[in-house]
Amino acid sequence: MDILIYGTINSIALALMALGFALVYGISRVPNFAHGALYVISGFVTWTFLRALHVHYLLSILLAMIIIGAVGALIYQFILIRVRGMAISEIIASYAIGLAILEALRWGGFKGMTYTLPVFVEGSVTISGIPVDFHRLLVVGIGVAVVAFLWLFTHYTRIGLALRGMAQDERAALMLGIDSDLMAVVAMALGSMLAGLSAVLLLPLGNIVVEAGYNVLILAIAVCIVGGLGSWMGAVLAAFLIGFAQILTVKYLGSHYQMVVALLAIIFTLILRPSGLFGQQKELEERV
Amino acid sequence: MSLRELSYLTLPRLVLIVGILILPLVMPSMYWQRVISIVCIYSLLALSFDFLAHFVGLVSLGGAFFIGTGGYLAAILNTSFGLPPVLTIPISTLLGAVICTVLLLPCLPLRGVYFAIVTLMYPLVLTRIIEALNVLGGTDGIMGVASFANRWIEQYFVLVMVLVSMFGLRRLVNLDIGLVFRAVKDNDQAVKASGMNITYYKAIAVFIASALGCLGGACLVHIYMWSGISQFALDFSILPIAATVIGGAGTLVGPVLGCFILVPISELLRAFGTLRIVFYCLILVGFIVFRSEGIMVYGQRKYHQFERWVEI
Amino acid sequence: MSNQSILQVQDATKSFGGIMAVNRVSLDVHAGEILGIIGPNGSGKTTLINCVTGFIRMTSGTVLFRGRNITGKPAHKIADMGITRTFQIMRPYYSLPSYKNLVIPLFSPRAKRTGGWRGGGKLGDRNTVGIDILEEIGFERDSFVPYKIASTLPTGYLKRLELARCLALKPEIIFCDEVFSGLSMSEIASMIPLIERLQMDGITLIMIEHRLRELFRVANRVMVLNFGEKVVEGSPEEVMADDKVKEVYFGSEEVEEVMSHA
Repeated sequence: MDILIYGTINSIALALMALGFALVYGISRVPNFAHGALYVISGFVTWTFLRALHVHYLLSILLAMIIIGAVGALIYQFILIRVRGMAISEIIASYAIGLAILEALRWGGFKGMTYTLPVFVEGSVTISGIPVDFHRLLVVGIGVAVVAFLWLFTHYTRIGLALRGMAQDERAALMLGIDSDLMAVVAMALGSMLAGLSAVLLLPLGNIVVEAGYNVLILAIAVCIVGGLGSWMGAVLAAFLIGFAQILTVKYLGSHYQMVVALLAIIFTLILRPSGLFGQQKELEERV
Repeated sequence: MSLRELSYLTLPRLVLIVGILILPLVMPSMYWQRVISIVCIYSLLALSFDFLAHFVGLVSLGGAFFIGTGGYLAAILNTSFGLPPVLTIPISTLLGAVICTVLLLPCLPLRGVYFAIVTLMYPLVLTRIIEALNVLGGTDGIMGVASFANRWIEQYFVLVMVLVSMFGLRRLVNLDIGLVFRAVKDNDQAVKASGMNITYYKAIAVFIASALGCLGGACLVHIYMWSGISQFALDFSILPIAATVIGGAGTLVGPVLGCFILVPISELLRAFGTLRIVFYCLILVGFIVFRSEGIMVYGQRKYHQFERWVEI
Repeated sequence: MSNQSILQVQDATKSFGGIMAVNRVSLDVHAGEILGIIGPNGSGKTTLINCVTGFIRMTSGTVLFRGRNITGKPAHKIADMGITRTFQIMRPYYSLPSYKNLVIPLFSPRAKRTGGWRGGGKLGDRNTVGIDILEEIGFERDSFVPYKIASTLPTGYLKRLELARCLALKPEIIFCDEVFSGLSMSEIASMIPLIERLQMDGITLIMIEHRLRELFRVANRVMVLNFGEKVVEGSPEEVMADDKVKEVYFGSEEVEEVMSHA
C-alpha cells in the first residue's frame, strides 16, 4: 500500500518535472537542455524574494514564476531563435546556456545545505496507516490540476490550439497564420513556468542544491524518451512507469539505485521501442 | 609544382609540427609543461568531437564519458592487475572504445538528438552511480596509479599522439570510408539505398572517436596517478565543444588550436572555481549565435586568398 | 525480355493511422521489362515503392524476389540484393563532388561482391570507376561537370546522378521515382536512350511517372493506381483506351453534369 502512495507521489513529481521539457520539444523541436537550470533558478529566485526581501510566500512564488517565464522567453528570443533549424548548433547552444546558468549558480555562493523553502502546509495525515505530509498531498493535487489545465488549455483556447497545431506541422500552421516564432517563445515561456512550478512544489521537500538541476534534467529526459519525445500524454504515462519503478527499486534494492532506473529506462526504450510509448515519430523505423 | 606552391602547402604544417614539438622545451616551469600535457588530452577530446559532429553528424555532449571510461580502465588494469603503463594505455584505449561503442549502440540507428541526449546523460548518471554504490573507489577514486617511466616520455607521448591523431583524421575523412561517414551525415537514406548498414558505419566512427577519448583518459590517469569521478566532470564535456567552435569547426586543426587557447586561460582562471565553465559556455554561445566561423576557418580562407594572390 | 517473374508483390497494404495509402495492391514484374506505374497525385505510388524497398514497414502483404520472401527486410539488405531505387526529392551528397558521390555506393558490400558496374569495388580504383559511370550516364567526361560539387548541379544532372548511384550497385531492378519530372523536352529526349540501354543490359525498370507520353514510349506494361488501389494493368495502348483510366484522370460524366448546371 505504501508503494501505491509513494509511487503516485513520485510519479506526479516526475510528471511535473518532465512536462516542461516535453512541451518545448513537442512544439519547437528544440531540446531544452537548460530545463534543469531553470528549475534551480526559480528555486533561488523564490528564496531570494521570501527570505532576503521578506515578500509573502505566495507572492514570491508568483513573481518567481513570471520571472522564470520571462527568462525562458528571453533565452529563446535572443539565442535559440538564431540557431533554429541547425540541429547541431541548437543542441550545443541550449546545453551551453543550461551549463552556464547552473555553474554560475554554483560559483555565486549558493552552495551547500543552507537554502530551503518552507512547505506550504505543515503537518501530515495518515492514509491506511502510512503517514503522508500535507505538502506531498498538495503536490499530487496540484500536479493533477496542472495536467488537467494543460489539456484544457491546449484543446479549448486559441493559443493552446495554435501550439498544438505547431507541434503537429509547423509549415501548415504558418500557412494558417500562426506566427511560429511567437508560438515558440510562448512555448518556451510556458515550459519554463512549468519548470518553475515544479521547483516551488518539490524543493520544499529538500534543499536547494545545484545538483538538483542535473538530476531534474536527467529525469525529465528519461521520462520524455520513455513516453515518446513530443507526446505530452506519453510523458505523463511514462512518469508513472518510471515513478513506480523507482519506488519499487528503493523498497527492494536500496535508495542508491534510483538513477540507475532512469538510465536503464532510457536504454531499454531505445533498444525495444525507440519512439517511446506514444511517440509521434513512430515513423522512426519507417521513415522515408 | 613550383617551389612557391610546395612551400605554401608544407610550410604551415611544418610550422605546426615543429612548433608543437618544441613547446615543452621552451616552457618556463614544470607546471606549464604539465599544462601542455593537459592541453593535449583536451585536444584528443576536441578532435573526437569535431570528427563526430562535423563529419558524421553526431553531437557528443559528453566527452567526459570517454575520458572516464579510459581513465578508470587504465587505473584498474594498473592497480588490480599490475600492468605497466606501456600496456595499460593500449589496452584501455581499445577496450574502452569497445565499451563506449557498445553502450552507445542503442541510439545509433536513431536521429541525432538521441545521441546527444545519451552522451549527455552517461557522465552525469555514471557519476551518481559510482557515488551511490561506492564502487570503483567511490568518491575517493583509485589511488596509487603508476606514472610514466620518464618525464620526457610523459610529455612527448601525448604530444605525438595528438599530432598523429590530427593528421590521421584529416587523412581518414578523405579516404573512401571517410566519404561514407560524410555521406551518412548528409543523407543517410541514400546511404541505406546503396545497400550499406548505417548503424555499422556510425559504430565505426564512434569507435574511432571514443578510442581517442579513452587514450586521453588513460594518459590523464597516468599523469595524475589517480583516477576519480572528477574525470566525468563537465570540464571534459564542455571545453572540447568550446575549443572546436572557437578554433574552427570542421577543420580538425581548429579544435587543437582552440584547446591551446582555452586550457591555459582556464588554468589562469582556476582561482575563480566553476566560473571557468560559465566563461566557456558564454563564449560558446556567443560564437554560435553570431555565427562566427572560428579561427581556423577564417585563417584557412585568408591563407587561400594569399596563396592565389597574383601580382598584376 | 522474358515472361519469367522476377518480383512479385501480393496484396501490399499500408495504412497510416486509418488512411489507406496502399490498399491490397498486387503486381508481378517480369524480368527485363519496363513497368510503368501511373496515377494521380496521392494515389500511393511512392508509398508502394517505399514498402517494397523496405523504407517503410508494410501493414500487410508479401514481397517475393526471385521466389524468396523479402517482406519486412531492412532497406539496406534489400538494396544489397540488387533492388535499388531513386528518390523523388533528390538529395545528393551536397558537400562532395559528383564523382565522389559514386564512391559511396561503390564502397558497399554489393559492389565489392559483384565488382560494381563495369568493374570497381575491390579490383578498381573507385574514383576512376565513378567517372566512368558518370560518362556512361551522360556527364561529359572532358568537361568539369563530374568534378563539380553536387550542390551546384542542375536538375537534369542530378536525376542522372541518382540513376548513376543505382547503377554503381550493378542492380537487377531499379525503381525510378519520377525521373522525367522537372526535365525539359531535350533532356528527356537524351534520357530515353539511356533507359532503353539499361533495359538492353538486362536491368528491370519500374518507373513511376506523370509524363505519360514519354513513359508510353518506353514502357512494356503499365499499371494505374488510384487512391491506393490498382485500377487497371496492361500494355500502354490498352491502358490509354480504358474508360476507367479516363475516369481516374478526367473525372466522371456525372461530375461534369453537375458542373454544367452550376
